[in-house]
Amino acid sequence: MELAFTAEENAFREEVRAWIKENLPPDFKEPRSFEERLAFSRAWEKKLSASGWAGIAWPKEYGGRGATLMEQIIFHEEMARARAPQIFINFVGINLAGPTIRIHGTEEQRKRYLPPILSMEEIWCQGFSEPNAGSDLANVQTRADLRDDHFVVNGQKIWTSFAHVADWCLLLCRTDQSAAKHKGLSYLLVDMKSPGIDPRPLKQITGEAEFNEVFFTDCVVPRENLLGELGMGWTYANTTLSHERGPAFLAHQIRYRNTLLDLVSAAKTTLHDGVPATEHPAYRQKLAAAYAELEIMRYLGLRMVTSIMRNGRPGTEGSVSKLYWSHMVRRMQELGLGVTGASAMLDGEDAANHGSWQRGYMMSFAQTIAAGSSEIQKNIISERVLGMPRGEVWAPKERV
Amino acid sequence: MEFDFTPEQYTLRDEARRFLEAQCPPSHVREFIDDETGWSRDLWKRMADLGWMGLAFPEDLGGLGQSFGDVTLLLGELGRAVAPVPFLASLCAGQVVFRHGSVEQQRRWLPSVASGERIATIVIVTPDAAVVNASASGDGWVLKGETGPILDAPAADMFVVAAHDGEGARWFVAEEGVRVTPQLGFDRTRTIGRVAFDGAAAEPLSVGGLEPGSRVAVAAVCAEMVGVAQKILDTTVEYSKVREQFGRPIGSFQAIKHKCAEMLTELEASRSAAFYAGWSVDGDADDAALAVAVAKSYCSEALAHLAGEGVQIHGGIAFTWEHDMHLYLRRIKSDEALFGDAAFHRERIARLAGL
Repeated sequence: MELAFTAEENAFREEVRAWIKENLPPDFKEPRSFEERLAFSRAWEKKLSASGWAGIAWPKEYGGRGATLMEQIIFHEEMARARAPQIFINFVGINLAGPTIRIHGTEEQRKRYLPPILSMEEIWCQGFSEPNAGSDLANVQTRADLRDDHFVVNGQKIWTSFAHVADWCLLLCRTDQSAAKHKGLSYLLVDMKSPGIDPRPLKQITGEAEFNEVFFTDCVVPRENLLGELGMGWTYANTTLSHERGPAFLAHQIRYRNTLLDLVSAAKTTLHDGVPATEHPAYRQKLAAAYAELEIMRYLGLRMVTSIMRNGRPGTEGSVSKLYWSHMVRRMQELGLGVTGASAMLDGEDAANHGSWQRGYMMSFAQTIAAGSSEIQKNIISERVLGMPRGEVWAPKERV
Repeated sequence: MEFDFTPEQYTLRDEARRFLEAQCPPSHVREFIDDETGWSRDLWKRMADLGWMGLAFPEDLGGLGQSFGDVTLLLGELGRAVAPVPFLASLCAGQVVFRHGSVEQQRRWLPSVASGERIATIVIVTPDAAVVNASASGDGWVLKGETGPILDAPAADMFVVAAHDGEGARWFVAEEGVRVTPQLGFDRTRTIGRVAFDGAAAEPLSVGGLEPGSRVAVAAVCAEMVGVAQKILDTTVEYSKVREQFGRPIGSFQAIKHKCAEMLTELEASRSAAFYAGWSVDGDADDAALAVAVAKSYCSEALAHLAGEGVQIHGGIAFTWEHDMHLYLRRIKSDEALFGDAAFHRERIARLAGL
């Protein structure tokens, strides 16, 4: 089953294809190091922006393309099919900061911040997580004290992607120490060049540094950089986090299909017990299982699109989709490493395919931890979808 | 194309659910679980009055001319009720005749199947293989061989058989001279048994091969499993809200909540796969063979896991014969093995996907 497309939508698809053909280097391969990726994505994303693709989902009045749901799906699908890179350094600006500012910002803030996000002249990072505010995000302790016409910010953020290259930070911080946990938070738009900000790259599980710890020490932020109203940070944060990812879901499936195709190619050429992994009984079963799970991700995506078109939002399938595909990716990447056999003991250039399976395996943990860990997803699903009672964190008080 | 049932189809589902809650409560199901050959003729008659057996057959063959999608929703509801009727078997057999029979054969056999007057079953073990041999004899054909276990063979009076005719596997219909030995089913709500042919007269259906008939059967089982699994999850979540331990509902504990969230994920993924499989066989889509293998491999494993978790969350109460949970568990585990299990269908995927 494919979604039904109109003649206009098919013409739009041709336009996207033609653009990719013209702009994506024919021999393009995903850069292996973070630095190479950074350099490539800066140039690539500027190109996207110049051709009006960056703000495809943004409303026209804010300079976006105002594309329909179907057009967004088509765009992401074609990019995925061509194995074109996904939006990278401007991800936070385009998908998180931009929409949040558009919805909750003042007219001046919209005018000031949105155009350079769209033109990709200003890179954003998202100052949410802290050492003690991960899954328990409302526990944010970074404080911003209002002194006349400015805030003074002190605290520490962590897992902040691109902070060391960002121009602006969408900062969730505590502006009222006496208010209840969820009520004392506000959103500040912080100039990353301000004195008192110290981003320190954090070497991650893959050995690369995409994340940062960011330390704020008496950092002065003008009062006019408060997004919307004081004390509304938690509400706004939920806007940021709930930002609709439906249109990209089917494209993600295509990207994982690319991964599975690579995996099958590797399996065909790697011997296990003297036969290619594709003919080895255990691996053959696992490869087929991966294939089935990937197909089902596509069906979930088709259902989600149908729900959005019918009801304006995803249904139950949307609530479980992240849990489903993140664990699917974990299994697929683990299989990828397994298929390479003894090469799984190697890394980097010494390993099969330049260590891409090693990197993919390590990166797959991000899927079940970031953007709401699986455990948080399960709490949300059980409480909001199944209507199970909210529980306290429970442990026996006495030893039996 | 929309990837969901229509509002009208959901209305049909809701009506079917209400009907079965009234006509086929667990107390009714339990009237048959101690009797190997027992099944509910009363319920069957009431279903026939509603036209259920003919739902997806064309009107000129005595059906209601609805889509296969409508039937998959009915199958789900019958699964939900663990209804003690040979609906799945007779539907699958009828669908094979519909897809492989000549117009004359369809007209001869299907009106009585569509009305529920005749009960048919499909004689296969896995969807790709003949189970007995057929040989030419005089003007016709005879079947020889023994196979099983065959779902609802003891209830059936018409057998649609995957037989090898010397050249390949194809479908035959046998009505007389079939020896059925009832067996004790792991799923107590339906009948099952061995089927032996010792020169029984049979007629080949005009379209050779086992596909697409057998894949319709596989898609149908998946649809039923989803309905059973939905019932297990609903029952389990409700129980977790009222069962208290340590002074609070067990459904407030993360150990329970997380299991239920995983069960819902397995269920929604299975539902999506079963829906796609049903849609693809209905329209004979290019990827129909792959779609049913994907659905049966996933549903078999994921929903069996879901069913086990349903028992686990209920704890000791579900370990009793009096509690209904084992009826659902038995149905799911039985469906898991019906028409090829997860490993079987994964091998199909591997072949179809060129692994």
